Amino acid sequence: MEIVLIGLSHKTAPVEVRERFSIPKEQVEDFLGRLVALPGVREGMILSTCNRMEVLTVLKVSDDWADRLKDFLAGVAGMSGYDLSPYLYTLRGEDAIRHLFRVTASMDSMVLGEPQILGQVKEAYRQAVDSKAVGLVLNKLSHRSFFVAKRVRTETKMTSQAVSASFAAVELAKKIMGNLDDKRAMLIGAGEMSELAARHLISQGVNEFWVTNRTPTRAMEMAQELGGRAVPFEDFPQMLKDVDIVVSSTGSTHYIILKEQLAGVIRARKNKPMFFIDIAVPRDVDPTINELDNIYVYDIDDLQGVVESNKEERRKEVLKAEEIVQQGVESFKCWLSSLEVVPTILDLRQHLEKIRQREMAKTLALLKNASEEEHKALDLLTQSIINKILHHPISLLKHQENRGQGKLYVDMTRKIFHLDEEDDEPSTS
Amino acid sequence: MNIIFFQAALIFYLLGTASSLAFLIFLRKIFSHIGKLALTGGFAVHSLALVLRYSEAGHTPITNLHESLSFFAWSIVGVYLLLHLKYRVEVLAAFISPVAAVLIILSSLFPKNILPLAPILESYWLPIHVIFAFIGNAMFTIAFAVGVMYLIQERQIKSKKIGPFYYRLPALKVLDDLNYRCLTFGFPLLTLGIISGSVWAESAWGSYWSWDPKETWSLITWFLYAALLHGRLTGGWRGRRAAIFAIVGFGALVFSFLGVNLLLTGLHSYN
Repeated sequence: MEIVLIGLSHKTAPVEVRERFSIPKEQVEDFLGRLVALPGVREGMILSTCNRMEVLTVLKVSDDWADRLKDFLAGVAGMSGYDLSPYLYTLRGEDAIRHLFRVTASMDSMVLGEPQILGQVKEAYRQAVDSKAVGLVLNKLSHRSFFVAKRVRTETKMTSQAVSASFAAVELAKKIMGNLDDKRAMLIGAGEMSELAARHLISQGVNEFWVTNRTPTRAMEMAQELGGRAVPFEDFPQMLKDVDIVVSSTGSTHYIILKEQLAGVIRARKNKPMFFIDIAVPRDVDPTINELDNIYVYDIDDLQGVVESNKEERRKEVLKAEEIVQQGVESFKCWLSSLEVVPTILDLRQHLEKIRQREMAKTLALLKNASEEEHKALDLLTQSIINKILHHPISLLKHQENRGQGKLYVDMTRKIFHLDEEDDEPSTS
Repeated sequence: MNIIFFQAALIFYLLGTASSLAFLIFLRKIFSHIGKLALTGGFAVHSLALVLRYSEAGHTPITNLHESLSFFAWSIVGVYLLLHLKYRVEVLAAFISPVAAVLIILSSLFPKNILPLAPILESYWLPIHVIFAFIGNAMFTIAFAVGVMYLIQERQIKSKKIGPFYYRLPALKVLDDLNYRCLTFGFPLLTLGIISGSVWAESAWGSYWSWDPKETWSLITWFLYAALLHGRLTGGWRGRRAAIFAIVGFGALVFSFLGVNLLLTGLHSYN
């Protein structure tokens, strides 16, 4: 038995290929049915999002499973006969488990940490359950992946570090002012960059916006777009005292906000903090204003510096997340091997018992005159030989199970004793 | 018996210290949970220790340095847990737990035996005066911690050199609010502590105020905090200045609490 995952994602396939794989919900059930009907497939699950298409299966190991699954995928995309190999990744065992955990925890997403993927995996699982395509293993594996995703979300801050300048600015505003709900922002200069920053601020709760621009019509347009208020450009200096966050991006060649001016403003505000985000080049805000207490001025380079620190911090968080995933993989492997050890021991006993019965029958056929007692003695003798032979392998299997090596020993045992040869019929049973 | 629980409290506080520092470094939620549990557990057994000591001694156990330091640690942890209900500033535990642990260790260095109460202390005013003063002091201790955190965080943002503390410390606004909250609770408590002490002094020593070093230093402390409160309410003192003031005020407070007992002699020395 092996867990196999085959699929493609934004990392391996261009959008022209990916879009062929987006299957409507109603059809998933049909595909699931076809998937588990494939010879050797015990359980199956299909995850189809706009950025990835993956088929997760539990297989009875045989030689041509890879081709069968690839054909299946090509069939899904209506591309039978095409070679999809360059776009596909095929992962087995531990790698497949880890991949599923990383995907569910949004560590493989285009936007690292985006929250939708967990819901999409849950949906894929639900569909597979409805179609009775999952069994013991995928059941457990899916639930474990939800658990890992939850841990990654609560125990790491992988997603919380802003890696763009305008996001970093909003994070800074929050570090200075806490909750932004009751804060007022002013946009000086209505450019594209300032609009982006404004949208981030709005998404973080700022709900009062003033927009000012040398060309009033542009200010009006943007105010309308953002749900803010346009104010005349000449008036903005007087209004600064009522503003907490200023985003400045004018084309001015000299500073338009000066230190002398701000000293009075901050006094009038009774030292309520102000944050200047100066994304204009050349700069709009005199950088020495940052020396005033309770006023913080960040220009575009400063923000870039914060972004660099954030990236570094996020790298550490990703390491933490990888560690959580690894723990999940280990514990799942342990469960999996416990699942395999017991049936293997049973198979092994059965296999030898069959041989014994066969040989006993042969021998007894020859010993026509043997007494009842001699029968019994032979029976006992052969049984105890088998028990003696099996004693060590079985205790080794049980022992290795606890050390996480179960799978290796189980595979070996099954190979050595040909345990998988007899029941080679399709898995429909 | 109370000593066993006292030691158990120390173990909890040490555990709290380890896990809240681990939280500060690794930012794993689990450490913060353990830290909080340890502090809560420590507070519970510490309370038990105080109750037992009270019943064994027959008076409020705040009459020598061992008892005072222990009670102070208890107040700080209690106030922190209380504030935590509203202001979830988890990293603060990384300051509170070691302080509580150190206070307990210091406390255990002084003689622990229960002595008969000096007749002059036998009064209802003893618990009233001391509890007001100590809970007020606990508030100011937290204001101090928050002040230090504010200065660190402000430095990070001002200098634009974002380091590990930037991610770990809360928003400046939160720290400033907490500073203000501690001040508005702590100041009335300190005031009540001084007034109740002076009323008690009148009945015990026959005079409301005798310029004993402890009284003098408490008054200095009171003036510092009064100035801060006034500045906050009227002059828009906030942020860095308020943080620095909270730190200076705490210096005076530590001196009037410990320095006076250890370095100077006066009416408040009972050892």
